[in-house]
Amino acid sequence: MDKTVNQKAWFLVLPVFLVVAFSAVLPLMTVVNYSMQDTFGNNQFFWNGVGWFKELLDPSTDLGGRFLASLGRNLFFSLVILAIEVPLGIVVALSMPREGWTVAACLVILALPLLIPWNVVGTIWQIFGRPDIGLLGYLLNAAGFDYNYVSNDIDAWVTVIVMDVWHWTSLVALLCYAGLKSIPEAYYQAAQIDGASRWAVFKAIQLPKMNRVLLIAVLLRFMDSFMIYTEPFVVTGGGPGNSTTFVSIELVKIALGQFDLGKAAALSLVYNLIILIVCWIFYTVMTNAGVERKVQASSEPAVEPKPSVALKPVPALEPKEGVA
Amino acid sequence: MHSIPGRRLIMGLFLVFLLLPIYWLVNMSFKTNSEIVSTMTLWPHTPTLQHYKRIFTDESWYSGYINSLEYVVLNTIISISVALPAAYAFSRYRFLGDKHLFFWLLSNRMAPAAVYALPFFNLYSAIGLFDTPWAVALAHCIFNVPLAVWILEGFVSGVPREIDETAFLDGYSFPRFFIKILVPLIASGIGVAAFFCFMFSWVELLLARTLTSVSAKPIAAIMTRTVSAAGMDWGLLAAAGVLTIIPGALVIWFVRNYIARGFALGRV
Repeated sequence: MDKTVNQKAWFLVLPVFLVVAFSAVLPLMTVVNYSMQDTFGNNQFFWNGVGWFKELLDPSTDLGGRFLASLGRNLFFSLVILAIEVPLGIVVALSMPREGWTVAACLVILALPLLIPWNVVGTIWQIFGRPDIGLLGYLLNAAGFDYNYVSNDIDAWVTVIVMDVWHWTSLVALLCYAGLKSIPEAYYQAAQIDGASRWAVFKAIQLPKMNRVLLIAVLLRFMDSFMIYTEPFVVTGGGPGNSTTFVSIELVKIALGQFDLGKAAALSLVYNLIILIVCWIFYTVMTNAGVERKVQASSEPAVEPKPSVALKPVPALEPKEGVA
Repeated sequence: MHSIPGRRLIMGLFLVFLLLPIYWLVNMSFKTNSEIVSTMTLWPHTPTLQHYKRIFTDESWYSGYINSLEYVVLNTIISISVALPAAYAFSRYRFLGDKHLFFWLLSNRMAPAAVYALPFFNLYSAIGLFDTPWAVALAHCIFNVPLAVWILEGFVSGVPREIDETAFLDGYSFPRFFIKILVPLIASGIGVAAFFCFMFSWVELLLARTLTSVSAKPIAAIMTRTVSAAGMDWGLLAAAGVLTIIPGALVIWFVRNYIARGFALGRV
């Protein structure tokens, strides 16, 4: 856009910079400092160089084994919930009522799980899933399944995944709904004239229009599931055994449980680095998509604000490369 | 054309899936503990308010809500007041390193709280803020300030540039323009941003629990600790949970059209 170059704008950004730097850069310095040292208590520290990092990335050591195992579990968890939440979110967004008070009612109910404190989400599912006092656990056991998330690995996993689906699918749905709402009526009219099938409309109009919000949804869901801590911690405590111990849970165990500062710091840095890389990839893709959109918008002027200039956006019906 | 076949059924089933666990929590909060443990009842047969009464009369319980509200409100005020000028700057100007700064903010929103738990503990102990609402309020800035910047930037960009120019031609100084003209114009945006800062600070537990011990302990921490110490007082736990849902449920109606925007970092 036509933003003017003005270096004085830094003064406006300075407060944000200072506040975030205070809470992000200072602590990170401490982490870097710890990650290179070993301690025997009493605030005596010894230089350990990259020792912790070597141990961390070597699966044969205790630390490395635990880290890599939790990383594997976490990646698996993220992939599973993405595979469930994204399609389900799209379906729910497409199922939204078109108008009237039901739209508002659905939006409010959809948003409800998002606004519940994370430990209460855990508590809700802890209570709901218990075989003795929870409706879900009771019904499953009454139906003949031997369901108990406290003692069975698979049950614990299913519970944690269903909980996450319950908690966050609404986010994907709300984002997709926002994307769907931005599609001008003229697109649908054009599709109707062309006799496009329901599936063709989805593939050629709705999906391409949603891909930006979907990108954001995938980014947010990946990130948040990759650093999930509170909900599984409340429900399963990382167990049974270590079966639902994700990276954050492992990290807190090492840092605040064992007070193993060096190991925890090395783990933190590697963890942060992974997040930073993924974040950067998404950011690049996102900004590129944004630029593409702007170029497109300026090449077909006045289509979006004035849907009455009907039938002009027909080019959008030709599936884009990579989508079809 | 817009929707898919069977949409009412799908939507209905999904809403039931969302509401059932919450209903179960509410249901349990009105039961006596003996009813919870002994029988499986779909609604409270001997409804009781004893758990709520206990929370509202026992100081160790209700102080948790006050502590939580304290740091949440502090955090919201700090986040919004530092984010407003920055949002204006990002929306109107290009400056050295603006894109990098934007990315840096994004990366902080994504940083795992677990990484910061221990260094925050050290940092705030060192400067004497440990176990005060300020510690948690400042710690939560790490994800709320970027969020507020993004949401507000979207709203500021919606204000036509001509308004700034006219105001400056009319002799408004920058601070006066900001307070008298810009802030009222984006009032709804400030409301939305404040709501999300409030919400994200309210739902976070790990940092809040790590940075407090006695006097500023948030309700979330009180819930987890009491449960492990006093055996399982399920009814009380459920009642405490229901009370934490209420603030969100109360204001959700007013921001229903902005929810996607807030969760998408203002990018929708």
